[in-house]
Amino acid sequence: MFSTVQDLGRYGYGPLGVSPSGAADPIALRVGNLLVGNVESAAALEMTLLGGSFLFPDGGVVALAGSDFGPSIDGAPVPMWTACELRPGQTLRTGPTRSGARCYLCVRGGISVKLLLGSASTHILTGLGGFEGRPLKKNDVLQIGGATVTQPRTIRPEVLAQIAPRKILRATDGPQTDWFSPESVDRFYAGAYTVTEESNRMGLRLEGPALETPHSGHMISEGVSLGAIQVPAGGKPIILFVEQQTTGGYPKIANIISADLPSVGQLRPRDEVRFEHVRPEAARAAIREQETLLRALFA
Amino acid sequence: MTVFRYASDQSLMVYLGETIDLATHRRVLKLLRMLEAEPIPGVRNLHPAYHSLLIVFDPLDQDHANIERTVAGYIDRLESIDLPAPRVVEIPVRYDGPDLNDLAALHHITPERVVELHSSASYIVYFVGFVPGFAYLGGLPPELATPRLETPRKRVPKGSVAIGGTHTGVYPFETPGGWRLIGKTTVEIFDPASQELSRLAIGDVVKFIPVP
Repeated sequence: MFSTVQDLGRYGYGPLGVSPSGAADPIALRVGNLLVGNVESAAALEMTLLGGSFLFPDGGVVALAGSDFGPSIDGAPVPMWTACELRPGQTLRTGPTRSGARCYLCVRGGISVKLLLGSASTHILTGLGGFEGRPLKKNDVLQIGGATVTQPRTIRPEVLAQIAPRKILRATDGPQTDWFSPESVDRFYAGAYTVTEESNRMGLRLEGPALETPHSGHMISEGVSLGAIQVPAGGKPIILFVEQQTTGGYPKIANIISADLPSVGQLRPRDEVRFEHVRPEAARAAIREQETLLRALFA
Repeated sequence: MTVFRYASDQSLMVYLGETIDLATHRRVLKLLRMLEAEPIPGVRNLHPAYHSLLIVFDPLDQDHANIERTVAGYIDRLESIDLPAPRVVEIPVRYDGPDLNDLAALHHITPERVVELHSSASYIVYFVGFVPGFAYLGGLPPELATPRLETPRKRVPKGSVAIGGTHTGVYPFETPGGWRLIGKTTVEIFDPASQELSRLAIGDVVKFIPVP
């Protein structure tokens, strides 16, 4: 089981080396929260691949959002993307995944943990935040909060389909795209890459067509943006992700657009992924369109 | 000498120089202070480094052109900004790291001489990155510059004081690391419960104090 408490992350502490952390698929977390009547940024449980089993001694209202983890309450299947009630003493079982990497267990009232720098997110490498700074273990007890803003809601499934995760990730140029030869850039966008097992919330290592290492990999360390695709010595790209280091010294050939970052959170080892080059204007239009769709999601 | 680059659809990179040097560092630090004192709406994070500052913003709320225009105006005012005298932070170090003897041997000097050289220098925090509280320090005596380990360690003990290439630093958390470990401090470098959060911050001057 690899489940951690996450919300939408902690921003504003970059100069101290604190990366935002937060949900790997923030769209799923936001929608799940809105389904149960929370603010969209409430703390939820991010489950990875295997899911888990959760007893609700006092009952509750939950929604599962993200990849299909085949949820059930006391053995009876319940639908994804739907607010469901548990009576006191009932057990929610989730997983393993039937589709992508992650599923969010959103609880009406939010999951209550001590905030660190204003956020409930767990940063696993440093053991900061979340529930004791770590993934959950058997017998852990989490508290449910009391902050709700609306009654539970329902979504419009036809809109949901329009914000589903993609396997072709759109990317703009990055700060060192022009360090790479045009042939390398073409190879990157033409190639099929596979997510390797050495992938986690810090970054996804890809296997596939190797790219050159410009300037022998020497670069003065600089700030790195979320979704940057860096190319270390060896030429195999790495997608930097929510717990990435805030600064780094490898050239970056491209950067995944904001609208497609939640899709990265659903990639599993052995998934194939491709990249599509887009211009800044298209990236801008995509995030705006996605936000409009999210607002249209609720009946 | 300023260059703006589109880094992603939610970030703009500002380069304030071309090399790692103190004058460029002061430009970076001044711009950071200005952005902290007069925040640009929609900006979510700032990532200063050796010669650059990455500005991360909400793409629904802000755009590159607007931020570039505002930052260019700030940069025009850099010369008029005075930086306060740097804070001096002393870090007590027990110089008994597992790589100390090897490092000394590589340079044909004694471990005592390594300690003497390392602890007599004054270091400047160029920036904090990698993990919370990890300070990139400038000023390592050239006699101590040592390539990183061929095989990085999967786990470097928390508080380790290390040398990597021409840099030195302290690992605030147990993390993987490829630098050579020459000592350890028991001081909590990153403490979320404390007011300042990180014992080391950009622009600080650092001195290592040998302790038995």
